[in-house]
Amino acid sequence: MPSDTTETPATAPSQPAKPAQGAPDGGVGQTLRRLSMAREFHLSVIVLIVFLAFWEWGPPLLGIREFIIPRLSNVVTEFFFMLENGRLLHHTWITTYSVLVGFFLGALLGMVIGYLLGMSPMTEIVASPYILALQIAPKVAFAPLLIMWFGYNITPKILVAVLIVFFPILINVLTAVRGVDPAMINLARSFNASRWQIFWKIEFPASMAPLFSGLRIGATLAVIGITVGEFVGGNTGLGYLLIEGEGQANTKAVFVAIILLTLIGIIAYCLVILMERWVLRYMPKRKFGDVGNHP
Amino acid sequence: MARYRLEFKGVSKHFPPMRRSDGEGVLAIDGVDVAIEEGEVVALIGPSGCGKSTLLNLASGLDRPSRGNVFVDGEEVDGPNEHVAFMLQKDLLLPWRTIRKNVEFGQEIRGLDAAERRKRSEHFLAKYHLSDFANRYPHELSGGMRQRAALARTMVMYPDVLLLDEPFSALDAQTKMVLQQDLARTLFEEKKTALLITHDLVEALAMSDRVLVMSRRPGKIIREIVVDAENRQDPMSRRQHPKIGPYIAELMSLLDIGHAEELV
Ligand SMILES: Nc1ncnc2c1ncn2[C@@H]1O[C@H](COP(=O)(O)OP(=O)(O)OP(=O)(O)O)[C@@H](O)[C@H]1O
Ligand SMILES: [Mg+2]
Repeated sequence: MPSDTTETPATAPSQPAKPAQGAPDGGVGQTLRRLSMAREFHLSVIVLIVFLAFWEWGPPLLGIREFIIPRLSNVVTEFFFMLENGRLLHHTWITTYSVLVGFFLGALLGMVIGYLLGMSPMTEIVASPYILALQIAPKVAFAPLLIMWFGYNITPKILVAVLIVFFPILINVLTAVRGVDPAMINLARSFNASRWQIFWKIEFPASMAPLFSGLRIGATLAVIGITVGEFVGGNTGLGYLLIEGEGQANTKAVFVAIILLTLIGIIAYCLVILMERWVLRYMPKRKFGDVGNHP
Repeated sequence: MARYRLEFKGVSKHFPPMRRSDGEGVLAIDGVDVAIEEGEVVALIGPSGCGKSTLLNLASGLDRPSRGNVFVDGEEVDGPNEHVAFMLQKDLLLPWRTIRKNVEFGQEIRGLDAAERRKRSEHFLAKYHLSDFANRYPHELSGGMRQRAALARTMVMYPDVLLLDEPFSALDAQTKMVLQQDLARTLFEEKKTALLITHDLVEALAMSDRVLVMSRRPGKIIREIVVDAENRQDPMSRRQHPKIGPYIAELMSLLDIGHAEELV
């Protein structure tokens, strides 16, 4: 937190000073900023429309065959076809459900282990080589193994997602707990705080911003985990439809699956952001989009 | 035997080496004897790294001496206790708590009930001109206001002994003087006992009854100056006292300022 030491003499003594933030722009500045945000939103929409138009008419113009990049309208038609004949809704739901469960369990596991290791330096030292090894191991490579263990059902793909989601969250939580200013902890200790109070009132809230950065990454990784799980085994889910589409050289179906998987990822990501907005509402307002991490 | 509010008796602190390359470790302070009476404000100055903050940690019970003993009200300090409170250069406000909740932090940890907490925090928020900002978050306040909130959080515990570690050194000059004035008046009116660590010689002389000078590491008390000037509750006017100039000259020569690199 930057220390803002500029308090003008006029506002310094007894009469309470104006709030430091947002003070100068009463009406005009606020309105201007809102206007420019609206303009940025309009630009985003225009970019989307141009993109979709290019997708519809670009490939034929450039002589790209339908087999390589199907036109937008054909993908849409395929979407409705699959909806009626291919149980698309069912597969989409299975994948969504797996993503949410895998993400939730992975996040929970990452948090629990992250906090435990964060609170006990000894355990971290003992466990760190194994954590590092597991972190380096390509988690999706476990998918076939998990299928051999648990069979062709929903469990192995959820476990792949758990494995892959777990690490960024663990690492972020651990780093955050480690990074708490020792002076802050001493302050609590000077009031005779118990270990539990130090965790609950300082370490845990201090870890919220990094935790949410981890959760954002985790939300996208969960989709990858589930997709790979569905590639490898089973006959349900969008990952399965994708492989099936590929087998039948049905590029349109592959596009439909990719788009829906992306949508699921976007929904998961937005859920995290909504939660983050609420939990971190004490943070200074950001003026940027939601792609970057917190400073 | 006189009962002192805060007393260090033959206190030494040795930090053991963390790595082999650290050799013998660090002897931070070596045989410090200090006795502070009720209602007395004592300033402590000395070169950087001489062990001033270490001494303060020992007094607050956050750390234990390697040799010697620390007493508060004649009782040996063997851990944090409610008679002592400290305030540091950093405000240490929790960014996710409002100013009110920050002021209540210590009471919350000590388990006071919500109504009592609220009553006390209202009183101190008003006293430090923060009532209008009670529901704001720390990042919405200026540095001076944040430091006042830290002061409120410290005073709301009604400590007998205040340990102040460069409380104003991160502030700009004007804010600093206003806060010095506020604090000096509070200390005087409520007859608080305080140990004030500072690098600011004028602040030390303007706010205290005595100034103790520490040597370079290992820190020992090498000089004590009893500030023979009235008006401790009013540092602004005490700054202009004719005796302050000569004291400063004396302190500067003691601290070897002139060979400037030694006091960073
Ligand atoms: N926890 C610790 N472990 C090891 N050495 C320490 C520890 N705390 C302090 N020291 C050492 O003890 C010495 C005194 O430190 P201290 O913080 O008390 O100095 P100081 O007088 O407060 O300095 P400054 O004026 O810069 O604040 C320093 O050399 C420091 O490196
Ligand atoms: Mg210090």
